[in-house]
Amino acid sequence: MLSPEALKQAQHVLTVCNACRYCEAYCPVFPAIENRTSFAKGDVMYLANLCHNCGECLYACQYAPPHEFGIDVPRVMAEVRVASYEEFCWPAFMSRAFRQTATVIGPVVGSIVLAWVLRHFVQSSNSQGADFYAVMPHDDMIKMFGVAGAFAIIVLLAGLVRAMRSFGASVMSGFSRTAWRDVLTLRHLHAAGDDCTADLDVRTPWRRYFHHCTFYGFALCFASTTVAAVYHSVFGWPAPYSYTSAPVILGTIGGIGLLVGPLGLLVQRGRRDPKLQDPAQGTLDISFIAMLLLTSATGLLLLVARHTGSMPVLLFIHLGFVLGLFVTLPYGKFVHGIYRTAALLKYASEERR
Amino acid sequence: MSNAHAAVTPNGAVDVAVLGGGNAGLCAALAARQRGASVVVIEGAPREFRGGNSRHTRNLRSMHDRPTDLLVDAYTEDEFVADLLRVTAGRTNEVLARRVVRDSADCPAWIRSFGARLQRPLKGTLHLDRTNVFFVGGGKALMNSYYAAAERMGVRVLYDADVTGLDVVDGRCTCVSVALDGRLHSISARAVVLAAGGFESNLEWLKEIWGPAADNFIVRGTPYNTGKVLKLMLDLGAQPVGDPTQFHCVAVDARAPKFDGGIVTRLDSVSLGIVVNAHAERFYDEGEDFWPKRYAIWGRLVAQQPGQIAYSIVDAKSRGLFMPSVFPPIEARSIRELANPLAVSPDALERTVTAFNRAVCSGSFDHAVLDDCRTRGLTPEKTHWARALDTPPFWAYPLRPGVTFTYLGLKVDERARVLMSNGEPAENIVAAGEIMAGNILGQGYVAGVGMTIGTVFGRIAGAEVSRHAVA
Repeated sequence: MLSPEALKQAQHVLTVCNACRYCEAYCPVFPAIENRTSFAKGDVMYLANLCHNCGECLYACQYAPPHEFGIDVPRVMAEVRVASYEEFCWPAFMSRAFRQTATVIGPVVGSIVLAWVLRHFVQSSNSQGADFYAVMPHDDMIKMFGVAGAFAIIVLLAGLVRAMRSFGASVMSGFSRTAWRDVLTLRHLHAAGDDCTADLDVRTPWRRYFHHCTFYGFALCFASTTVAAVYHSVFGWPAPYSYTSAPVILGTIGGIGLLVGPLGLLVQRGRRDPKLQDPAQGTLDISFIAMLLLTSATGLLLLVARHTGSMPVLLFIHLGFVLGLFVTLPYGKFVHGIYRTAALLKYASEERR
Repeated sequence: MSNAHAAVTPNGAVDVAVLGGGNAGLCAALAARQRGASVVVIEGAPREFRGGNSRHTRNLRSMHDRPTDLLVDAYTEDEFVADLLRVTAGRTNEVLARRVVRDSADCPAWIRSFGARLQRPLKGTLHLDRTNVFFVGGGKALMNSYYAAAERMGVRVLYDADVTGLDVVDGRCTCVSVALDGRLHSISARAVVLAAGGFESNLEWLKEIWGPAADNFIVRGTPYNTGKVLKLMLDLGAQPVGDPTQFHCVAVDARAPKFDGGIVTRLDSVSLGIVVNAHAERFYDEGEDFWPKRYAIWGRLVAQQPGQIAYSIVDAKSRGLFMPSVFPPIEARSIRELANPLAVSPDALERTVTAFNRAVCSGSFDHAVLDDCRTRGLTPEKTHWARALDTPPFWAYPLRPGVTFTYLGLKVDERARVLMSNGEPAENIVAAGEIMAGNILGQGYVAGVGMTIGTVFGRIAGAEVSRHAVA
């Protein structure tokens, strides 16, 4: 939750920024600051989610530590951002997950995986070939993931509604081409031009490239599953699908993206200037990255080994991670995409006025 | 992060020693290095605070005969020169001024060639959209680009390095003494660039001129502009230029830090209300003119008041009409109540405000033009934007003089060579930036011209000293 001290510190920083304005051309955060004369809690949380943590403004700032004003916008915005995830979280008691990801979400994931593996491993050892549904009936799978998916969507929507309300954004602000372009291209991840900022004199495009791998990899995996579901229920074409089929191609490319992207982000993270990061966010970032990696790795492994005897075990492990990912989506780093999108939509609506 | 500081032994020979790592020093270093000279930059500040006053700047004035990608219309050589003649009231060397103006046309391209980015004017500074290009991220971002380029090109930079002496014989400098890491080093150089700024952060020096009043001055920029190199050279017989007693000064919030508060400590509520001194008396027409001129005179006006303090007072009608200040206003429900935290007499303040309110004539208020809202029968009058202070809450901001830069400098010729007392230019000593800006800017100021002088003369100085490099 956003403590009064943290709010006050953020307000101090934003007040200095508003009186200076040198960073205006970097990203929407600064024009949005200039649209305001004071910064209420909702404004601060909006600005924090508008910030993509590119880092340029820290190095450009003549008031950055060790200056007595101690202005570090990327760091302060990162701190407020985590607090905003907690504020928008539903149900409220789950908000503690954002600070204790390792201790809360880790065991949840672990137990889901273990339970599935043990329960079904015993019942379904009679599978032949690559027939997943012989291991776990299609309807069971649909029910299981339908429930988990619906849960994730409902909770994420509840957060989105809370965020939009807090930012003072209307539903109408959803109709903005600029905002959607900025969301999909991650334009504000690289305010320095084409490259992302890693340190004072270090600009590389890799942070953006790896994020794209992750995001679009995730999207392709999702598309793969959706296409497979349509094949099965609409056309009655049962799995397994060939290597040249749409679900497998989408899933393979997506899976590789989801392997390369998070790995790259993990490496990039370690190479970034610590001054740009909120140390409290470490577990949040790493647990989400780990979940994505495990999901894609087990998925690809399953694809490769689907004709072998270890398929049932691999299937349950993979399904366990997918399920764990779904259930923990609303209580981890994934939400940053939702709230950044909300903030960009709000910004586009402000600009139109 | 590479730290040149740790990697070099300062002792030894180098083609060019640049004293001062601000805009002018870096431009000189880069220009000399591009011509093949080996260069060491001796910067007084630690790495975090490098860049002198340039780290607080935001734009550069540039002439152009036709619209560019950043500047509208045209800003011709003659117009730029005319602006310089106007603000300096003729206290300028027109040959040097014209050189600065002519070369200013190429400054944006030079800046961009080192990877720094430029933009059109910031919001609220549209009156500069014909004349000034802005640095994306401000002057510190520009300096970061210059330093990164310098390191890439093999320029050595010594941080936290204090120049303690110069060996100069017959206009020829052979050696620079530098205190670094608690030890004294001698750097022999074939040529020296003096780019160490003015003396505005030397409180003792300011006190010699202004007496105890200087204790109440706030220095807006770097604490490292102590004028040490300037003084060394004057003592070695360099010719001075510019008024030794004068400095550029604006009104800043009295709660600003003593040094390095920069742009955010400025206050622009003056024209919207009244300004009183410690006796709760008005002392100047708050509505005389628009921002650029107003900005430049109020520092000096406050410096002339008892205790060098004044208070800008506005009422609720003015809220949101001026640039937000970094310090919160002192707020009260009534004028009497406001007097307390300001430590002025409540009776006197109430008298002043009542007299002001009575003298306000009705008009139609428009802050964007010199409107017809004025007072009649007051000394001094408020000639525009005069509205009665009658709507609580009332806000007050304390003001002090904020020193930006000093005018005293070293006289130079068109090749940036320092002129010695015998009238001859020094053989291998050149100057650039604030330390010689007084040649062009004998008094007054026009936005962005300091960075223009520093860039143009930095490049001239760099080219000049590279002649001394071993081929």
